[in-house]
Amino acid sequence: MSQSTLRQAGPATSRPRRRGTRDATSGWVALLWLGPALLLIGGVVVFPAVALVKASLSEYSITGLRKGPAGLDNYRHVIEHPALGTVLRTTAIWVVAVVILTMLISLALAQFLSKQFVGRRFVRWAIIVPWAASLIITARLFTLLLDYYHGIANTLLVALPFVDQPVDFLGDDRFTLASIVAVGVFVSVPFVTYVLLAGLNAIPDDVYEAARIDGAGPWQVYRRITLPLLAPALSVSTVLSIIYVFNSFPVVYTLNDRNPGFSHDTTITWMYKLAFKSAEKDVGMSAAAGVFNVLLILAAVAVYLRVTRGATQENQA
Amino acid sequence: MSAATQTSPVDQTRGTRPARRPASGPSRWRRVRPVVLPIVGLAVGLVFLAPYIVMLLDALRPSSDVLASPATFLPRRWQWDTFGTVLSDTRFLAWLRTSVVVATASTMVVLLVSVPAAYFTGRVRYPGRRLFLLVVLVTQMFSPTALVVGLYREFFELNLVNTYLAIILTNAAFNLAFAIWILQAFFASIPAEVEEAAELDGCGRLATMWRIMLPLTRPGIVTSVIFTFIAAWNEYVVALTLMQDDAKKPLTVGISSYVTGYQQHWDQLFAASLIAVVPVVILFAAIEKHLVGGLTAGSIK
Repeated sequence: MSQSTLRQAGPATSRPRRRGTRDATSGWVALLWLGPALLLIGGVVVFPAVALVKASLSEYSITGLRKGPAGLDNYRHVIEHPALGTVLRTTAIWVVAVVILTMLISLALAQFLSKQFVGRRFVRWAIIVPWAASLIITARLFTLLLDYYHGIANTLLVALPFVDQPVDFLGDDRFTLASIVAVGVFVSVPFVTYVLLAGLNAIPDDVYEAARIDGAGPWQVYRRITLPLLAPALSVSTVLSIIYVFNSFPVVYTLNDRNPGFSHDTTITWMYKLAFKSAEKDVGMSAAAGVFNVLLILAAVAVYLRVTRGATQENQA
Repeated sequence: MSAATQTSPVDQTRGTRPARRPASGPSRWRRVRPVVLPIVGLAVGLVFLAPYIVMLLDALRPSSDVLASPATFLPRRWQWDTFGTVLSDTRFLAWLRTSVVVATASTMVVLLVSVPAAYFTGRVRYPGRRLFLLVVLVTQMFSPTALVVGLYREFFELNLVNTYLAIILTNAAFNLAFAIWILQAFFASIPAEVEEAAELDGCGRLATMWRIMLPLTRPGIVTSVIFTFIAAWNEYVVALTLMQDDAKKPLTVGISSYVTGYQQHWDQLFAASLIAVVPVVILFAAIEKHLVGGLTAGSIK
């Protein structure tokens, strides 16, 4: 109820008098309202980030005790680590492949789910399940589904007339990354679909009406009206996907668990292994890798925003 | 109720659309459409449900059969008491309790902290407003996973390793950005007149927020609640690192001990997983309509 009033009232009346309805308030009043948020962000995001940077500049024993300053040694170790090249390549493939596939599939799915048909509810609820299930549970499930010996995927595959050998989805280097990407897409699609579905629902029907009266065909309507009006939802969900996929830990970590070395690790799982799993158990080096990670994601989002902003400006010009 | 108000206008126009353009759409498509779309929908739904259907069937067969080779779709032997076994397992109940406590508390902290900040940022111009929004945006990019080493060191020094508080604070802090972001857009979109009228009637700022603004932003609040709750319910890495005490682990971490190098209870792992999924799906389905509306206001401006 309140929702529809809000939507009708919002854009129409708030336009002439914009947000700045009040005079500037003094900093102290602002602190009162923002204080708790700043405290929480400061204490649990900024402080650990600083601790991370500090740890990255220190040397630690294998049991985690600080032994002394290390200068930039940890960073040097990260950059000179023999696995870094592979890890960066895997990370790039992982993020780009998962985000692009997710966006394409979700776009189609959202379009489909915005149509009216019998059983739409069922489909929408079904799509919620992979989102609601914890990533670690889904990842564990897929290690079993895709298993060489015990996986149902291989049972189905071998039943096909043209496949006679089971596929080692998670052990064979040719398939491992592709399998992990597939699971990554599977768990990312629901969220993005819902964001895009919300975006589609927000496009007023009279816009379509007008286009049709002007004689636009379905493809033209889609390209000239749906896509541009969906652009904000698309860019928001792309940015969020890049962040989530880049930072995604359980899927890559669990599906890759049985493989030795770092050949299918992204920077996040690599960092975790350096700190808690590998023979080195090097807190300092892992911290340096963590700092490296944060810088990478900031750079990736900045590049994406720059590129898309450039593209939209070109379109408008 | 709100579900009805929201869908019905859309449904009507969608339904009548083909009739309004008899020339452009082939009439054969119009006739097969009511059959084709549900079939495609069923297929799509099954693709997303299939892994979890296998999970259910795996929970209903003895653990040794889960690893049988070749795998069969239906259990060779049905084992109906797995769910009972899991639900009477005290360790499982302890993990379940932790998950409920942590997710609920994290959600409440997020609401308590984000609503004032979002209200103020959405309604008032103050020095440092843009800086605040930037800080919020940057925290969105940090993940607890990237900072886990720093988090561990901080809570270790504060003696908070192995406490609910550490996990609750972490979940709250990392989901704050999304909530502030969504709610801020909601507060900003409410016309100034509404607030001014309330003030003329003698409402203070706090009373205005509580009585007037909060009800108007309900979809945004529902969205923030569900997002935070699910994120906290499913959080894994921080709990894995900070909770070493078995009895205090949340479900995501705890259920891993059903399958270890020493003992393998795949049936119980999957039964426990399904029990963990069900409340979230129910919650989700209950607010699905609000969610679609809430996401819109936050993402499209």
